[in-house]
Amino acid sequence: MELHNLTLRAAHQLLSTRQISSVELTTALLTRIRQVDPQLHAYVTVSDELALEQARQADARFRSGETITPLTGIPFAVKDCISTRGVRTTCSSKILENYVPQYNATVIDRLSEAGAVLLGKHNMDEFGMGSSCENSAFFPTRNPWDLERVPGGSSGGSAAAVAAGLTPFALGEDTGGSIRMPAGFCGVVGLKPTYGRVSRYGLIALVSSFDTIGPLTRDVYDCATVLQAIAGKDPYDATSLPEAVPDYLKNLDRPVKGLRLGIPKEYFLPGMEPGVEKALREAVRALEGLGMQVREVSLPHTRYGLPVYYLILFAEASANLARFDGTRFGRSDQEKARNVVDMYLQTRREGFGAEVKRRIMLGAYVLSAGYYDAYYLKAQKVRTLVRRDFEAAFEECDLLAAPICPTTAFKIGEKIDDPLTMYLSDIHVVSTNPAGVPALNVPCGFSQGLPVGMQLIGKQLSEALLLQVGHAYQMATDWHKMRPAIS
Amino acid sequence: MEPQEQPGSTDSIGTEMVKHVALLVRLGLTEEEARAFSHQFNAIIDYFHLLNEVDTASVPPANASAHSSNVLRADQVAPSMSREAFLQNAPHAEGNFIRVPGVFDED
Amino acid sequence: MALVKYEPVIGLEIHAELLTRSKMFCSCSAVYSAASEPNTLICPVCTGLPGAMPVVNERAFELAVLVGLALNCSINATNTFARKNYFYPDLPKGYQISQYDLPVASDGWLEILEDSTAGSQRVGVRRAHLEEDTAKLFHHGDYALVDFNRAGVPLLEIVSEPDMHSVEAALAYAMKVRSILRYLGVNSGDMEKGVLRFEANVSVRPQGSTDLLTRTEIKNLNSFRALTRASAYEIERQTRLIESGGTVIQQTMGWDDAREVTVPQRSKEEAHDYRYFPEPDLPPLRIEPARVMEIRAQLPELPAAKAQRFVDQYGLLPKEALLLTAEKALADYFEAVVSLSKSPAKTVNHWVAGDLLRLINDRSIEFDQIPVSPANLAELIDLVSDKTITLNSSKEVWAAMLETGQRPGEIVKTKGLAQISDEKSIQLVVTRVLDENPDAIAQFLKGKETILQWLMGQVARATQGKADPQVSRRLLTEALATRGKSVEKGNPTRPS
Repeated sequence: MELHNLTLRAAHQLLSTRQISSVELTTALLTRIRQVDPQLHAYVTVSDELALEQARQADARFRSGETITPLTGIPFAVKDCISTRGVRTTCSSKILENYVPQYNATVIDRLSEAGAVLLGKHNMDEFGMGSSCENSAFFPTRNPWDLERVPGGSSGGSAAAVAAGLTPFALGEDTGGSIRMPAGFCGVVGLKPTYGRVSRYGLIALVSSFDTIGPLTRDVYDCATVLQAIAGKDPYDATSLPEAVPDYLKNLDRPVKGLRLGIPKEYFLPGMEPGVEKALREAVRALEGLGMQVREVSLPHTRYGLPVYYLILFAEASANLARFDGTRFGRSDQEKARNVVDMYLQTRREGFGAEVKRRIMLGAYVLSAGYYDAYYLKAQKVRTLVRRDFEAAFEECDLLAAPICPTTAFKIGEKIDDPLTMYLSDIHVVSTNPAGVPALNVPCGFSQGLPVGMQLIGKQLSEALLLQVGHAYQMATDWHKMRPAIS
Repeated sequence: MEPQEQPGSTDSIGTEMVKHVALLVRLGLTEEEARAFSHQFNAIIDYFHLLNEVDTASVPPANASAHSSNVLRADQVAPSMSREAFLQNAPHAEGNFIRVPGVFDED
Repeated sequence: MALVKYEPVIGLEIHAELLTRSKMFCSCSAVYSAASEPNTLICPVCTGLPGAMPVVNERAFELAVLVGLALNCSINATNTFARKNYFYPDLPKGYQISQYDLPVASDGWLEILEDSTAGSQRVGVRRAHLEEDTAKLFHHGDYALVDFNRAGVPLLEIVSEPDMHSVEAALAYAMKVRSILRYLGVNSGDMEKGVLRFEANVSVRPQGSTDLLTRTEIKNLNSFRALTRASAYEIERQTRLIESGGTVIQQTMGWDDAREVTVPQRSKEEAHDYRYFPEPDLPPLRIEPARVMEIRAQLPELPAAKAQRFVDQYGLLPKEALLLTAEKALADYFEAVVSLSKSPAKTVNHWVAGDLLRLINDRSIEFDQIPVSPANLAELIDLVSDKTITLNSSKEVWAAMLETGQRPGEIVKTKGLAQISDEKSIQLVVTRVLDENPDAIAQFLKGKETILQWLMGQVARATQGKADPQVSRRLLTEALATRGKSVEKGNPTRPS
């Protein structure tokens, strides 16, 4: 059997009955990474020694009958913006090229306690700024379905790795589609939980108001398993929600008959790739076939989602990235500096890529004295309206279905020249984060040989429902079982 | 924060403005770079004027979180990070301190 | 042309560290001191490491409310945090978490100069808000060293209205705020250690005008001396500038204590575009009136109320009451002595505000470490009041008390300092003194009354200060009268 293609559920079965060991499983993954990653460049860092050490510990746990969880002995990797103690964490930026955190993000601690095994860190757009992984300061990651194409971004490395069997599951981060879009482009399941459902402590912040850590997995069942392990209040994160974490697996098999599915009309734009639209419509029909009631709804402020998103992003990112100043960690250009200001100017000039610089400067601009009201404050007000759109929609239906992107994965180099064009391709995924609502990507077909994703959007703290519907869809379809032919 | 009339699309972000914000965020730029960014910024900011279509006169800003409030921590001391661990990442440490080039001009 | 007189307009910003156990946004110890090893009270949060997040210290919030109440402020039902963005090596995140739109407390006031002839003045307290302190920088010319122990310590910023129109008023306000902070136990007031810092906003305007003209901001004033000198200098500088036709430029100044001048501090960037925006990592803080009441109940009797009570209860003058109540420990000490002593409060005050305070100042003693117990001082005061010893002798007893720590009663016994009151003994001394000083007698009889004082001194000396002064005076006066009569009657002045 191909160990690297096992779902978590299957792997757990084999591990807990001692048919395979964690070391075996981990070794298989590390081998696969060595073989395949040179083509994909999904990994920035592979932590083989640590992985094998943790695998050995997991095996000891199995032997001694200590607390076994569904993730014990299971390898995983995370987007390189999540702090991992002793393992280089770069945000795919030159400014953190050699930065090794001295502490773990809370999600890493939780997975570690569960006994999971850290394989390494995934490539991303630098500091999460991008939708294609082309903005990585190191290298672009390639889509395992077509190596000339992008995997999507900014959690491109994680999506590509899960799709290509380079990790059983991954943790990505979604600020404005960054889990869902690459999940959609690579044909894997990706969940952006409700803002605050998963702790952000240790996540290198991009947009404090929007950033959300979430799982990328092969199927919805696995996704529920991972979410169960990482969700919940964290005393170190004041924005983490106090509400109790439900049992996400318990009601996964509940029938979806009678649930009301809303199709936001503003999300089906003219100019959508026909294959994408077709796949979405078929997926909706499939859900209808399961007994769901489909109706059209309106999210009237959809077109304002982009400027709302980007304005707030620019502002918060410019503040969040101020700490990268060459004094306490990371890259530092001090030698020719006559004073500390010189050092700041030079370090940040050399350390940040163009897109990052652009956004930081625009952030300072929109927060500047005299512009605050017109830009930042205005965006926060329109954000309220965007939020209200979703709240109103959820009065009429239980969840929404929509595309991830008007197109499938585009070619590497196709969009990178014009920042504004790149921003505009995010239209389907940027409104959820300002509204704080959860969204789940499930693969729902192919268009011209490339995966198409459908996102299911729910109201705040409705992950259980989204997973239930996603799971029902996957029981009725096979898209999630397709694998790219890469080896 | 001072009230401000909505800027029209005739407002443009010139090279001087780019250099000003670049300094605010401590990014060293060449003259050429400032010019290039200036073009891009204008396009982007112009696009954002789209928000002016929306009447927000009686709409509160979203960031005053409706959900959470009073997330507090008890006034207890917990073990600190070791100095060794901290200085390990320092680009320039001197003895037990972080070292930076000359600091002039108090803020 | 009439000469325009200018008056100063001063507002003060006071930064006070709060005495909590842990820092404002993390659980590192906030009890840093010069003795702590550098960079040992740190964590990812207070050193601004990537991924770290703040969580508000409950006690810091409580103390901020307490101070707000003591400053007669309204406590806002909701308060929020904001990011103040700028670059400096002592600011690890590249922004300081502070408060902007909604501070903890606002619209308060303090009365100052209550005992002045012009009457008391009210200074408005615009707001008090929470923020985090910066790291410590050690400058070494072309490089600097940073210690993050202090980074993140809770700071309360208290901003006054520009209501002070003299250096005296500014000093009085600063001292009063410091006094209140010490009373509450939230800050030691030790400016040398940097736990309490001042910034003065200074401008001048024609007397009688209500306009606010361009002001300068004098930063990092770490002592009352610096505060008064810098303010005075700046007032003078601006006045002379305007009088000679110049204009005041808005700028930040520092005080050069050595040269005794204010010095403009120019930063490369344009002044103060802090780009404040609401802190997304911290939900708002809300407080119910009931909780505010609970905290209000924790307020001790504050200096103003205590001073008024001292006037009412002990019959002290306002000036006397203000002096005693400036420091809570001193006020408590005074009351302890009063309760243990049989003498009137005014007498106790004479001692406490006199010899005791002099001692405290001379030896730089902490107010909570007074070396004479209230019981012992009470006893000493009573020994004088009930005439066991003379006032003169009491000085000797006081000195001995300080040296040995013995009870005054014991000292009096040991040294035989009991007052001599019996007339026979004093009479003998009076006679001898008069016999030995015929010229003095002659001068007295000619009308020089002050000689009596001198003669009293001689009697005191002859008795090691122990002769009861009242008896001495009476006997001396009688003896002088007798000898005077003898002279009048033409008898030669001869010892009887």
